[in-house]
Amino acid sequence: MPGSLVARPKRFYLWTVLLLLTLSGVSIFVGVGTLVFSGLFTNPEALSLLLISRLPRTLAIILTGASLAVSGVIMQLLVRNRFVEPSTTGTSEAAMLGLLAVTLLAPQWSIFSKMLVASGASLLGIFGFLMLIRRLPPEQPLIIPLVGLIYAGILGAAATFVAYQTDLIQYLWIWITGEFSGVLAGRYELLWLAGALALLAYVAADQFTVAGLGREASLSLGLNYTQVLTLGVVTVALVASLVIVTVGMLPFIGLVVPNIVSRLMGDNLRESLPVVAGLGAGFVLVSDIIGRLVRYPYEIPASTVFGIVGAAIFLWMLLGRRSHA
Amino acid sequence: MPDKRLLWLGSGLVAATALYLLWGLGGRVWFILELRGIKLAGLVLVGIAVAFATVLFQTLSGNRILTPAIMGFDALFLLVQASLVLSLGGFGYAQLPSVLLFGVNSGAMMWASVLLFAAVLHRARHDIQLMILVGVVFGLMFRSLTSFIQRLIAPSEFAMIQGAMFAQFSGINRVELRAASLLLLMVLIWLWPRMAVLDVVALGRAPARSLGLDYDRVQMQMLCVIAALVSVSTALVGPITFLGLLVASLTHTLMRTHRHALLLPASALIAAIILVSGQAVFERVLRMQSTLTVVIEFVGGLLFLYLLARGKLR
Amino acid sequence: MIEIENLSHQIGGKPILSGIDLTLPTGGVTALIGPNGAGKSTLLKLISRHLSLQSGAVALDGVSLASIPADQLALKLATVSQEVGVASRLRIKDLVAFGRWPHTKGRPDKADHYVVDRTLQKFGLVDLQNRFLDEVSGGQRQRAFVAMAYAQDTDWLLLDEPLNNLDLVHARALMAELKRMALEDEKSIVIVLHDLNYAVAWADRIVGLRGGQLEMSGKVKTVATSEILSALYETKIEVEDTASGRRVWYYS
Repeated sequence: MPGSLVARPKRFYLWTVLLLLTLSGVSIFVGVGTLVFSGLFTNPEALSLLLISRLPRTLAIILTGASLAVSGVIMQLLVRNRFVEPSTTGTSEAAMLGLLAVTLLAPQWSIFSKMLVASGASLLGIFGFLMLIRRLPPEQPLIIPLVGLIYAGILGAAATFVAYQTDLIQYLWIWITGEFSGVLAGRYELLWLAGALALLAYVAADQFTVAGLGREASLSLGLNYTQVLTLGVVTVALVASLVIVTVGMLPFIGLVVPNIVSRLMGDNLRESLPVVAGLGAGFVLVSDIIGRLVRYPYEIPASTVFGIVGAAIFLWMLLGRRSHA
Repeated sequence: MPDKRLLWLGSGLVAATALYLLWGLGGRVWFILELRGIKLAGLVLVGIAVAFATVLFQTLSGNRILTPAIMGFDALFLLVQASLVLSLGGFGYAQLPSVLLFGVNSGAMMWASVLLFAAVLHRARHDIQLMILVGVVFGLMFRSLTSFIQRLIAPSEFAMIQGAMFAQFSGINRVELRAASLLLLMVLIWLWPRMAVLDVVALGRAPARSLGLDYDRVQMQMLCVIAALVSVSTALVGPITFLGLLVASLTHTLMRTHRHALLLPASALIAAIILVSGQAVFERVLRMQSTLTVVIEFVGGLLFLYLLARGKLR
Repeated sequence: MIEIENLSHQIGGKPILSGIDLTLPTGGVTALIGPNGAGKSTLLKLISRHLSLQSGAVALDGVSLASIPADQLALKLATVSQEVGVASRLRIKDLVAFGRWPHTKGRPDKADHYVVDRTLQKFGLVDLQNRFLDEVSGGQRQRAFVAMAYAQDTDWLLLDEPLNNLDLVHARALMAELKRMALEDEKSIVIVLHDLNYAVAWADRIVGLRGGQLEMSGKVKTVATSEILSALYETKIEVEDTASGRRVWYYS
């Protein structure tokens, strides 16, 4: 609603759509098996390569990037801090702990039930984080991500310990490194759920924007603050564990993308959320394509590529902030 | 007449050493003693290196909750190592004599950390929170870069440095031990006559300079020393983030002094006691091999959060 | 009419308010004054439900405040809190438009846009409307938040030290606008002020708190006297009426 009279977002929408289309095209036609557009209609093998491998992979990347970026921006508005996201606040690590526990205790459970357990654990993880930061002084914004990173480190150490003792370290590695080389039709569909959650967040965009103004301003506008907080926290926990279960951890996406978009067009989610989602998908697509090309025909995980690029951008944001502060 | 508390700590270390060496000794006594002796030497060496590096770094940054590991120094060492394997090739890397290799690694590490500090961390000095966050993120980036390089080199080549990726006290190598003790000895010889200078550095840049100290030069020298110390501990047992923090805050609580002539020996003793007795308990009582570091990380991490929550961060 | 009955409040075991009985009649500007730590802001937060009641009761037009659903309350009562640093990057126009949220729930019509535009004009924010909140001065941000509460178009408007970041010109303009709203739009305005000057000059009624106790309440003309104000602040305060009919105060 607000700002609907401002024409500027349209330009951003256009660029985002163009970027996504181009990158998706590249992603579909880059790979070990050659795929040419004209071959799709004459060569049945090419068509099945597209439908079984390339298209699911591209879709999985888009869904992952978009939902991670959206959950990052939600977390930033709810915590009211620019520098938090699921992987810097222990959410992802808690999900891994949950996944580890269910793999140990009930290995026969379906992937969906395992995902639910992981979501429960990451909910606990967020809850623990929120309790931890409640006493921190709000005027020192950098303490919150710092505590989050250490908290995540402790949960990660616990996960490593358990995995080490139970010979599950291989599993842990798979969950820690987010990559898309294993994505095939039939193995990524849980991610549609993450995409649906991102869409749900768009429906509640105004609520999240108001919540970002703080508890008092929200109450004054008659917003059910607790309800919005719950919705946001559950969304973030579900998205984090869905992504970990299907493709593994992808740190920094939820941090870097919302910050860039916020600089460009502000925090009115009704306007900016589509761009956040699109740019999140775009960043992961680029990382994945780079990862596929650098050491062709081998692959480097998208999370590794973005770990470098994302950290560099984050550092630039941190240090660049000084110059005009 | 040395400080009484140092004597107590010294006897503590002797007791811990005896406990570790003699507890459950049986069978081929000399063989077991030799094995345990190597490990013991490694533990003590790591203790000294981590304790010194942390105390020096805290003095330099004027902050009691920072450690080189939190600021990404360990990750930098792994990155330097991986880059060397990449540039020399796995075969070339393996052909170098261990001592030389150790020297090259440490030298590159010193160069990289001074460069990094001068280029980036220096800019964030006035804001300690920003500086820590930048350091932590650098650490994450180094880790990603290391695993990026890992994918670029052949798996067999990477196996050579993979041992160093996880902290573990079980597989200390005799040759590395010799090289590390050599480097540590050099650092100690350099450091010994400069204890009083460190006390002045601890006052901060402006007061130190008005007392006639060439602060910026000393700062660079100390960074090199810290980088060398981190090389020693990381090469021997891998990255350990929070041990230094645990040791430094115990040291400050116990010693209540600003004098490095007391602080440094005390911190080294405390670190060695923690590692040796912890390892003894883990090996003999709990029969676990490589989990001591995890427990130290856990306790140290909780301490860090506690210190943050108590508002110790200036 | 807001009726407050036997209201007490503690924070961390320390009593902040004790046994407040107070009626705020509909209409006019009521100023809450008193020395630091008197409990003014706490009282305002209890009325606006930013803090939950511990003991006592608050009723709005005879209905217990606790029983009104949040979205209903937002149609009757708007609050401007003391600013605690806004992390969001919203355009000023968007912020003011969110004042219409309780009415529209995100689906504004022409009338809502009209209200937003008029509010922007009224608070002198038209030129700033496309600027982000973190790109304007503290005073301009403060005005934007007041404008948002104004766009909410409620009978009651509660403001917690709204003059904090404002310069002389804008502080005076805001008080004048509040006064005009009370007179012409028949709004009821409750405002926490630490500047006695503005309270005496612009309010219709004054409520004085000290150490969590209600010290005095009544029409400005009757309670803003030298003895009462001196007692409230425990400082010698002189009050005089000027030749033009204005009441002023000074202390030594």
